[in-house]
Amino acid sequence: MIHTSRYTGRRALFIGVLLLGAALLLGILALGLGAVKTPTGDVVQVLLGRGDELTRQLVLELRAPRIVVALLTGAMFAASGAMMQGVIRNPLASPDIIGVGAGAGLAATLFLLAWPGAPPGGLPWAALAGAWAGFALVLLLSREWGGHTGNALHPVRLALVGVAVAAALGAAQQLVLVRAPDGLGAALSFLTGTVYGADAVRAARVLPWALVLLPAALLCARTLDVLNLGEDLATSLGTRVGAARLFCLAVAVALAGAAVTGAGILGFVGLLAPHLARLLVGARHARLLPVAMLLGAVLVLAADTLGRALLPPTEVPAGIFTTLVGAPYFLYLLRRTR
Amino acid sequence: MSRQGRGAPTLRKAIPMTDFPLATEKLRLGYGSSIIIPELDLRVAGGRVTSIIGPNGCGKSTLLRALARLLPVGSGQIHLYGQALHALPSREVARRLAILPQGPTAPEGLSVEELVWFGRHPHQGRFPVRREEDREAVTWALDQTGMRIFAGRPLESLSGGQRQRAWIAMSLAQQTDILLLDEPTTYLDPSHQLEVLHLAQRLNREQGKTVVMVLHDLNQAVRYSDDLIAMKGGEVVAQGEAGTVLTPELLREVFDLKAHILADPDTGKPHVIPYALTR
Repeated sequence: MIHTSRYTGRRALFIGVLLLGAALLLGILALGLGAVKTPTGDVVQVLLGRGDELTRQLVLELRAPRIVVALLTGAMFAASGAMMQGVIRNPLASPDIIGVGAGAGLAATLFLLAWPGAPPGGLPWAALAGAWAGFALVLLLSREWGGHTGNALHPVRLALVGVAVAAALGAAQQLVLVRAPDGLGAALSFLTGTVYGADAVRAARVLPWALVLLPAALLCARTLDVLNLGEDLATSLGTRVGAARLFCLAVAVALAGAAVTGAGILGFVGLLAPHLARLLVGARHARLLPVAMLLGAVLVLAADTLGRALLPPTEVPAGIFTTLVGAPYFLYLLRRTR
Repeated sequence: MSRQGRGAPTLRKAIPMTDFPLATEKLRLGYGSSIIIPELDLRVAGGRVTSIIGPNGCGKSTLLRALARLLPVGSGQIHLYGQALHALPSREVARRLAILPQGPTAPEGLSVEELVWFGRHPHQGRFPVRREEDREAVTWALDQTGMRIFAGRPLESLSGGQRQRAWIAMSLAQQTDILLLDEPTTYLDPSHQLEVLHLAQRLNREQGKTVVMVLHDLNQAVRYSDDLIAMKGGEVVAQGEAGTVLTPELLREVFDLKAHILADPDTGKPHVIPYALTR
């Protein structure tokens, strides 16, 4: 056969292993970075359960949470974007484009201002509510009311409205932060998109959500494949399209909402990682989702590591790098989408 | 007598509803406030090939899509072997009825075999375990459509006719008694059109499948169908055996056409040669 499909399971597995290796390597590298550099050999020793007490503390308690948060939030944004693109069937859909990230950020800010002593586990719930509110706002504003195309969502229209809503919500968040008491404002500044200062509390806040939602996303893979064939064919194959869409979107929105409470809005990770994954392993979600998650994780960790290594002791937020790469790609997609 | 006016033939009224794969009762269909089919009573005979013909906008595609629960019903009922279609779980319907809509699209890079596997979706449980019977169904569907040699090819590398056969293979893998095809020959060149029509006929003859198609070409509709349903303005104007429905009066009434009708040298069925418009 001449034209065998290039997207095979073996290829996906190979790429997955490659990315896993990259994540591991980057992780070890990043664990050594800091005001006091730790040699890579010592980091490996610590990870193997050896090494001296001071290094253990430095690596595992101070540095590891940041790495964990970077990896998890990257994977979560990527999974969220991949699912949204599948459900909405819109290549431009991603958490930061459709208002989910901005909604979550604003809600998290307001929540902490209103209730500074809240238990740390409460923040993701507030972010989740905000994520839904932001999403609903964008959906409502981008719907074309009346006429035959009552439910049609034009991809570019959705993106335009999404960008505008995200900007407005982001500005509102900035305004609230400016007015906030000093300590709190600093504590919340991560919401603009960085894993800087991510501690064990932040890691513990995100981890349970990741442990539930990332596998849930993988379980949606086949449903997403069927939805990807369009409403008619999905119905024809016995899927209850409305319920299936809602469930997948709920998982996607929750993923982004929870990720925001870990690292803020990491610009374009949810757009970039799924697109790259699709190029590498094709559109089948059983392969696309895990590869996108790994790509997202590596992307954010690489951005953060780069930000730390570039101009020490200044730390460039990871969100700046992901946005620098993502924005041009978004513009390219926008031009290509009719 | 072929012209039974609108609705079902009186003769068939006596047969219980459960004997008909598909039937409608006072069915009203439309989008929003515009009504496309005001009230329709229809019965589709089992084990036969039925084609729905009619001018653009007559509601034939709307009807076919509604029969496959792709459209919400305004009022009235659709029966699948006598059971209310919309009360049945969608997955169960998908094991008994398959529809290939117009212009289906698949994500890039999907291979023919991967596409055909989607047809097993309604038969599989929560987790996509590939049982032996699923494998057999996929192989059978690929064989029936002659797509086995293309199994590993991505859809976008195929010709229009091959691609259409791949989609039909997906519907066949559903292993349903009823197969609905919405304008399956559109955008295909003549030889690929015949391929698809022959396939539909063969599936009916060899597997006993009930096939319902929407077709534009009148002569193809007559030649490859057992029954015809002629629609105009959301109503059934005539229904019956393919050889008897197409008359000069019907062509004038439904299509505003004047036509010569000859006998098809192979089948003896009518062959239509339109020569003028009555408008």
